[in-house]
Amino acid sequence: MKKLISLFLLLFSVNAFSAGSAIEIPKYDWSWKGFFGTYDRAAAQRGLKVYREVCAGCHSMNLISYRNLEALGFSEAQIKAIAADYLIQDGPNEEGDMFEREALPSDRFANPYPNIQAARAANNGALPPDLSLIVKARPKGADYIKSLLIGYTEAPHGVNVPEGQYYNQFMEGNLIAMPAPLSEGAVEYDDGTESSIDQMATDVTTFLAWAAEPSLEDRKRIGLKVILFLIVLFVLAYISKQNIWRDVKY
Amino acid sequence: MSANDPQGYKKTLSSPYTGIKGWIDSRLPLIRMMEAEYLKFPVPKSLNYFWSFGGIAMFCLIGLILTGIFLGFHYKPSAEDAFDSVERIMRDVNYGWLIRYLHANLVSFFFIATYIHIFRALYFGSYKAPRELVYIFGLIMFFLMMGTAFLGYTLPWGQMSYWGATVITNLFSAIPFVGDAILTLLLGDFNVGDATINRFYVLHWLLAFSILGLVIFHVITLHMTGSNNPTGSEPQSWDETLTFHPYITIKDLNATILFFIILAFVLFYYPNILGHSDNYIRANSMVTPAHIVPEWYFLPFYAILRAIPDKLGGVIAMFSSIGLLALLPWLDTSKVRSCLYRPIWRICVLLFALDFFILMYMGGKPAEGIYVIIARFGTAYWFLFLLVLAPLVGFLETPKQPLTISNYLKSKKA
Amino acid sequence: MSEQNTPRRDFIKLATMTLGGVGAASLAIPFITSMNPGKDTLALASTEIDLSPLKEGQSLTVIWRGKPVFIKHRTSTEIEEAKNVSMEDLKDAEDDSKRVQDSKWLVVLGVCTHLGCVPLGQKTTDVKGDFGGWFCPCHGSHYDTSGRIRKGPAPKNLPVPPYVFLTESKIKIG
Repeated sequence: MKKLISLFLLLFSVNAFSAGSAIEIPKYDWSWKGFFGTYDRAAAQRGLKVYREVCAGCHSMNLISYRNLEALGFSEAQIKAIAADYLIQDGPNEEGDMFEREALPSDRFANPYPNIQAARAANNGALPPDLSLIVKARPKGADYIKSLLIGYTEAPHGVNVPEGQYYNQFMEGNLIAMPAPLSEGAVEYDDGTESSIDQMATDVTTFLAWAAEPSLEDRKRIGLKVILFLIVLFVLAYISKQNIWRDVKY
Repeated sequence: MSANDPQGYKKTLSSPYTGIKGWIDSRLPLIRMMEAEYLKFPVPKSLNYFWSFGGIAMFCLIGLILTGIFLGFHYKPSAEDAFDSVERIMRDVNYGWLIRYLHANLVSFFFIATYIHIFRALYFGSYKAPRELVYIFGLIMFFLMMGTAFLGYTLPWGQMSYWGATVITNLFSAIPFVGDAILTLLLGDFNVGDATINRFYVLHWLLAFSILGLVIFHVITLHMTGSNNPTGSEPQSWDETLTFHPYITIKDLNATILFFIILAFVLFYYPNILGHSDNYIRANSMVTPAHIVPEWYFLPFYAILRAIPDKLGGVIAMFSSIGLLALLPWLDTSKVRSCLYRPIWRICVLLFALDFFILMYMGGKPAEGIYVIIARFGTAYWFLFLLVLAPLVGFLETPKQPLTISNYLKSKKA
Repeated sequence: MSEQNTPRRDFIKLATMTLGGVGAASLAIPFITSMNPGKDTLALASTEIDLSPLKEGQSLTVIWRGKPVFIKHRTSTEIEEAKNVSMEDLKDAEDDSKRVQDSKWLVVLGVCTHLGCVPLGQKTTDVKGDFGGWFCPCHGSHYDTSGRIRKGPAPKNLPVPPYVFLTESKIKIG
């Protein structure tokens, strides 16, 4: 009976909430999927570079602090150096003025624009979304983000693409305000990996997946221990029950 | 009370226990109450695992309250800060992600346990006399559960929080004449906003603890009658009963652990599967999501709401779908309790359960085309079941002779 | 119905209850830990200060863990004064050398140990009290050039927070 119930649960979880997106998103093998998945550190570090050099011009990530990068294997010195590359606004000082200073590890990632209005003005009225949670904020998650990044094609015959919009296979409605952000070799990777479009898309998606859910590895690790513990406890409880009920006469 | 003071105005302390236990118990008789109600309490011997779900629901409620309290230490109930405070819990608070995911997923599992618990009541006639009040308090708690869940879902202030709140609170404007005024009073503003989230936070706590309080009435009314059992026949002798402890405590413990293993799988490996990705987008009053969908446990009622083309009609249908359930003890005319012995009613109840799932599926789809047609059929059956089938089937059906508990147990052993 | 408590039955029940207890206790740990300061709070728990702009005789106030910290570039006179105080004159006897790492730099918490007001004395125009250090206007506590209580109701010297010199002119507090 309980199996029936959990089966229903899973059936519905898959079906009832996808209010129907006709575009099929391809599935990719991500390093963090599965019961023992972890974030590929090398990919995430490369992804940070892609974010900084390609995306950060328009997209903020204001839920991430520079100090969070420690989880990706960056040293304290490296983090200080990355942070110091950015200027953030602070103040008011003793004169009452706002001033700019170099970012510290404790600061959040610097915003490319001072406010939403400036962001819209610089992007034809479209607001580049913050990327801190983007992988969790889209129905198919990482598969969707990567597909979107590599999904730019020529519009099929007869489809009109207005000025300021671009054709993308995987965007809902096929029109997206962001031009294709990745081009072959756009970022030079420190570890020498070839920066194909597919590689950069994979790496930046890995980075964004980590940014959206940094606790994933802890969660899966603790989950394993908890479930094993509960199974052992269940076995003991089951044997106790059989023991206690043995004397019950019908 | 003694022979000398039949009115009982002369109070003497007494207790079945001695020592410190006796001292406390004679002044606050909780120890003898716990012993009577949770240790020695006689329970039919024929209970199956459907009867464990009340206790499981209780554990879910306790878990929700504990996780809720610890979330409350960090959460900020303002339109500006709420979303960020939840993300702070997820990222910076030690084990915040665990407490948050546990809270969110416990809601779903609380509803799962409750729906199974209610199904048990329907299938085995636990709502029938003399257990009407147990059932009604249960439905009141269910109503409060839905209120609490709705209020709680607005608190992260994601897109679904905001727009779900907008859609559902707009239902109040369906009330003729005073609807709009009530809506503004409820929201504290002309739209869902900062005033709303702040008071929804308080109401969320209030309703949650109200459920906890009502549990006491639910259990007291239950203990006045004793538990029902699959046969619907009351125990005729001590031999047909077991003491709650240790037989039911260990049995419920088993069921609870298994339930929590399933919860752990979802919690640790698919924590967002029952949620909606749109709620990870900050609330934006200028952008409406393409498909506003409530959480899965509301979907059947959402389907009923949208099945009726009239706004007020839909609201009335949605609320009366549960309100009329409360009248089932009187709508159902059968003298026999359990579906095991009511062949026609059994089909009706199983169809009702199927209807529940069909409506749930339709609730998640856009309200158009074939979906809304099926939802209308589903809604029709719901009310047909309560208003037509319940009285008629009880009257017309020839039930089988319910077995006694002993005979039932003997037949199962065979 | 007999309830034969065989040793094996008792053991299994005991094992179940013990394991259950362990589980419950382990469950409490994340909840209690969640009440500790979060990672963002801890990240702000240390502050690095550049001392080079501070000239002799000047004082700087910084915020550390929500409280003011007084950093004073002491003059040689102030250092002499601080060293020459005899321990008998002090309510809270503490040698100046124990309160500084480099005697040029005094780093103390700017919170009066009486009832928590912020003493005056950081600005050159401020009242400094009878001992040339700081003066708390709330109830009249006087602190000397080593931040020690000399007169007034405060029981203890201005506390010295944990700090390290990262370079000759940079310290990290906390």
